[in-house]
Amino acid sequence: MQLFRSHVLVCGGTGCTSSNSEAIMSELNQNLVKNQLDSEVKVVQTGCFGLCEEGPIMVIYPEGTMYCRVDVKDVPEIVEEHLLKGRLVTRLLEASSQVQEDNQDIEQSSFFKKQLRVALRNCGRINPEEIDEYIAFDGYKALAKALSEMTPVEVIQTIKDSGLRGRGGGGFPTGTKWDFAAQQVNDEKYVCCNADEGDPGAFMDRSVLEGDPHSVIEAMTIAGYAIGATHGFVYVRAEYPIAVHRLQIAIDQAREYGLLGENILDTGFKFDLEIRLGAGAFVCGEETALMTSIEGKRGEPRVRPPFPAVKGLWQKPTILNNVETFANIPEILLKGSEWFASMGTEKSKGTKVFAVGGKINNTGLVEIPMGTTLREVIYEIGGGIPNGKKFKAAQTGGPSGGCIPASHIDTPIDYESLIELGAMMGSGGLIVMDEDTCMVDIAKFFLEFTVDESCGKCTPCRLGTRRMKDILEKITLGKGVMSDIDELETLARDIKASSLCALGQTAPNPVLSTLRYFRDEYEAHIRDKKCPAGSCKALLAYEIIEEKCKNCGLCLKNCPVSAITGNKKEKIPFVIDPTLCIKCGVCFEKCPVDAIKK
Amino acid sequence: MNANASGCMENDERIHLVIDIVAKHKNSKGALIPILHEVQGLYGYLPVEAQEIIAKEMNVPISEVFGVISFYSFFSLNPKGKHRVSICMGTACYVKGSGPILDKLKETLEIGVGETTADGEFTLEDCRCLGACGLAPVLTINGKVFGRLTKDDIPVIIEGCKTEDGGIVQ
Repeated sequence: MQLFRSHVLVCGGTGCTSSNSEAIMSELNQNLVKNQLDSEVKVVQTGCFGLCEEGPIMVIYPEGTMYCRVDVKDVPEIVEEHLLKGRLVTRLLEASSQVQEDNQDIEQSSFFKKQLRVALRNCGRINPEEIDEYIAFDGYKALAKALSEMTPVEVIQTIKDSGLRGRGGGGFPTGTKWDFAAQQVNDEKYVCCNADEGDPGAFMDRSVLEGDPHSVIEAMTIAGYAIGATHGFVYVRAEYPIAVHRLQIAIDQAREYGLLGENILDTGFKFDLEIRLGAGAFVCGEETALMTSIEGKRGEPRVRPPFPAVKGLWQKPTILNNVETFANIPEILLKGSEWFASMGTEKSKGTKVFAVGGKINNTGLVEIPMGTTLREVIYEIGGGIPNGKKFKAAQTGGPSGGCIPASHIDTPIDYESLIELGAMMGSGGLIVMDEDTCMVDIAKFFLEFTVDESCGKCTPCRLGTRRMKDILEKITLGKGVMSDIDELETLARDIKASSLCALGQTAPNPVLSTLRYFRDEYEAHIRDKKCPAGSCKALLAYEIIEEKCKNCGLCLKNCPVSAITGNKKEKIPFVIDPTLCIKCGVCFEKCPVDAIKK
Repeated sequence: MNANASGCMENDERIHLVIDIVAKHKNSKGALIPILHEVQGLYGYLPVEAQEIIAKEMNVPISEVFGVISFYSFFSLNPKGKHRVSICMGTACYVKGSGPILDKLKETLEIGVGETTADGEFTLEDCRCLGACGLAPVLTINGKVFGRLTKDDIPVIIEGCKTEDGGIVQ
């Protein structure tokens, strides 16, 4: 085996690939050859490091130096300075100074220090397209252990004891689900993986598939052994081309190594996997709809019971877990249920990955032990809110979830605490909002989403969500009346009570949650015809504050509809004619002294 | 030549490829959606002629094929423009201002979401989270990502597509 003195890891996740990390890799390889370093330094394309904000990211080992926002033009300098002469390219560290003080190991930086990577353990560490790298980090060892040392009952018991709960939404205990399916007697059973990550703003499942696809394959095979299934399906969004590509490579490699297929590891156990592509329907993230979709039909949900563990795919007993849930399984079998149960809170064990985005400095993926507070996530790991703005709320659980207001920022995050606050864990999207975000507008945004994505099967969901959206639209246009709030609440209650699947049952949550914490904002829109966040265009009125105005004339020059009058020389004060103003906000953006208010 | 409105010709040799695609998947369970994915890859959309062949070869009513196509937003019944401009409407992008960017796109291209310009150059779409939240707000043009957008970038990017392939790289 060839040994290298240095390894350069370049992120090949979707975020960094979008900012050209592939070109950086090829430039890197060319420069290594040019400097005759190609036999000493190895370039590895990895999955996501998590710090997407600073991408494209490059990490050089053994020293663990992280370079951020690397450009193709920077590559020759990195090769000559860092790899040849052993000097840091401080310029590229500076961009990340907030996460990496004094070039300490990235593990010690504020972004990574409070994290605990279990599901993401191999993301940003191995080349996902090389099965050998996965095996070198104990890959497939858990499968070998299960097949050779454990009975299916013992596997299920271990998962039960660990306290692992579904990471895709509801938080159902994984071991219990497996147990139900294992108890069914049938000639055929199925294992399904839900990689139809539909929550807008969540991308951890994609990152696991892109960065560590073998962990999912291994876990699904273990699940097959535990419940007595020989066939599995991974249902992935078609919008995730890189994830699909790497998963297919991983499946092919696993087959080649005899880790999928007939007689796995010479134990007589057989199991194989197939990828099925989603086709852009959010409702297919619901378990029964997903199975209907795999069957090749319109992805409409079915009535439960019978639950999938009894009658699932093609009416056969089926278990369905999401990607992150599966990614935890091999570690639990290897390190034991006590180890897993030692992390987290009383009822929520282990870690959870969150996709932190929106108004936050360090956008990216973070994995934290359950029970970490929102404050730690936002201010320590996330680096706070940009431009010195005030934190207003964090939204979790996407269109099914709700928001956590600033007053509850110290709540430890776990399944129960989030439900109590009227939010939910969901798949782990965590969108941070600052004072400029209008909560009525956000509720409207989510309702627009559910109106689009309701499959149409149940009338309350199909028509009720549309009605709610119409009311919200009316309010944001300044045409609301106070009774609209009551009507929203009535509709919400009815839709929740009478929809068949979770999509409808949870669709009103964004409205209920914002009403719970930000009722005053709704009332301001309705009663005062004002948007306190200054976001709803119809309710804005731009005005120049005379005392602050320096008469520079920039606003006048930039106004596209000549709604501003005034004269610098003749000292005629600048004013905006509200009848001409189209509220485009250009004057507000251009004013150098913040003399324009909205 | 026997051309219809959608531009799909009966003598088009792709018809044979459709038959091959169906034959390849026909015997596996739940084959319809994988078939539709491949056929859309062939045409860029799913013309009626192709739907008819799929229905005939699979021995199912065409209503069933159409029903599945119309259910999923990924499948298209109409041809797309040369440049598919897709703006991310995920929550992270929305919070960071993808709404005004969409308005600017509509204004610049003079079309609404889901429409194609008269010259067939641009189709405007909105999509759900591309997962590039670190670059929010983002849009893609034929899969190429443009991130950290401001309204002022839009005319430049669109102009870039017209003059050469690509436009500015962010």
